[in-house]
This record gives sequence, structure tokens and C-alpha cells, in this order.
Amino acid sequence: MRRSSPRIAIIVFPGSNDERDAACALRALGAEPRLVWHAERALGDVSAVVLPGGFSYGDYLRAGAIARFSPAMGAVRDFAASGGIVLGICNGFQILCEAGLLPGALRPNASLSFVCRDVSLRVERADTPFTARCRPGQALTIPVKHGEGSFVLEDGAACAEQVVLRYEAGDNPNGAFDDIAAVVNGKGNVMGLMPHPEHAVDTLLGSADGVFILGSLVDAACEREPAPTAA
Amino acid sequence: MRATVLVRPRPGILDPQGEAVGDSLRKLGFAVGETRVGRLVELELEAADEEGARSELERMCEELLANTLVESYEVRIESGS
Repeated sequence: MRRSSPRIAIIVFPGSNDERDAACALRALGAEPRLVWHAERALGDVSAVVLPGGFSYGDYLRAGAIARFSPAMGAVRDFAASGGIVLGICNGFQILCEAGLLPGALRPNASLSFVCRDVSLRVERADTPFTARCRPGQALTIPVKHGEGSFVLEDGAACAEQVVLRYEAGDNPNGAFDDIAAVVNGKGNVMGLMPHPEHAVDTLLGSADGVFILGSLVDAACEREPAPTAA
Repeated sequence: MRATVLVRPRPGILDPQGEAVGDSLRKLGFAVGETRVGRLVELELEAADEEGARSELERMCEELLANTLVESYEVRIESGS
């Protein structure tokens, strides 16, 4: 028997600002979020990790460049290496790229403007722990809010299979290569995306399409919960 | 020892900041072509000799100062310092 509410760590860096929205969304979807301060060296007994949006360490130098050295990131790296599922949202995506856990890099938006609006997305892969509730080709509406979201890949062809979400043609908010909005690592257990599913879990806020992403994450975390010891 | 590290967007990498600066210069009447904007880091470091300083600075660039996927770096050490 599995636990009904999987524990999910949300790493809080100085300058993170979406950890509470992420916790609120995950709790609404049946998970038990646990905020983990960046200075912690252990994540505790969790079934998934979320790196939230924000401006970690002021985003000095480059977005995510300094956060990747925080003590908690060592634990995240180990967790990912052992197959644990890790989702990076916006600044979390930038941190995962800087840490080398995902391919590519995120550069300043082509417009040089901070973009804050809903975007139309297309699901390219529904076979990941982050999109299992979706179907391939499904359209999602989820907001973005970032200044450095222009995804760049060194070798686009080599990573074509790793694209999970694309901005719909004509709705690329930042100049990202090949309209890429989300990528997974080769093993498929680490994903980063620029849009914010945690801001789209209730139609009162304009869209509930974020549930397709975070709900998939919660489902996958449930499956990975260790069986409870006899109590 | 004092050193300067120059970090530049690699050729082919979109540099909207450089484009905006180039556009502004042209609007001011300057005959400016392609313009790229990078970053300059000035720092002081302890090192026995210039060779040691250079290898230390290169490690700094690889580990933190540049994202070598999209940026190149150049290290300059002030001679006689």
C-alpha cells in the first residue's frame, strides 16, 4: 500500500518567490509539500523535488549561476542521479541548466523585456513523469513571467527527443530556440520549464492547465512513495 | 595580483542587449556595425606567479564566471602587479 499523499520537497533559495504558490498547488493536488531551505544538505524522505521560480541569489552573474552551488543542490544532484524526479520551474529550470542536470542554457529574452502573460503550449511528449496526464499534441495555457527564458541548445538535433513542451507557433515569448518551453534529461526524470504551472491550478486564476503538469508530478511521486513500514 | 576577466556571448548566440546598444548608437548618428555586450570582472587574487594566477582564473571561469555553452572568456593579468 502506498501513502496517499506523497512528500515533495520544494527547495527555497534566498530570492525564491514562488515556493508558496508551488506548495499551495501541490497540497491542493493531494501532495504533502515540504519547504527545504537551501542551506540544508539533506532533502529528507521525499518522493520528488521541485525547484521553484524566483530570483535565487539575486540572479547575479547569470540566472541560476550561483544557486547551483548551494548545499541543497548537492542533495538534489544525488537525488536526480538515483532516478528521483526533479522539476525546475522558471528560475528552477535556469538552475538545473547551470548545474548541468539539463542540457542548454537560458539567455535574456530576445525582446529584452520581462514577459508576464499566458502562453499557449503544445505537449510534445506525454510519456514523462511530468506530463503523463496529458496527451501528445494537447494544447495548454499556462502563464510565463521571466526576463531570461530564451532557451539555447548547443546541439539542437541531439536533444530533439528531450523536448517536452513547445510554445505554439507565433506565441514564443522569449525567442527560445525551436519554440522550446520544457526539456527533460536523457533519463527522463529531470524536467525544466519556463511557464509556471503552479500559477494555473484554478480557473479563478484564468487557467487550470497547470494541473496537467503538477498532477502528473504528484501521480509519479505517489508511485515512488516507499511502502509504509508496519505500524 | 590584479586581473581582468572578459566574458562574451559566443558568436552566433543571440545578444539582444548588444543589438539594442548598437541600435541606440546608430540612432545617435554613429556608424556602428554589429555590437556585442559582454561582462567584465575585475578582481584581486593571491598567486605565486602569473602562470599560477592564469590557471586559477581559468578555473574560476569554467566553474562560475562564464557559462561556456553560450559564453567565451578571456583572462588578462596586470603585468607588474
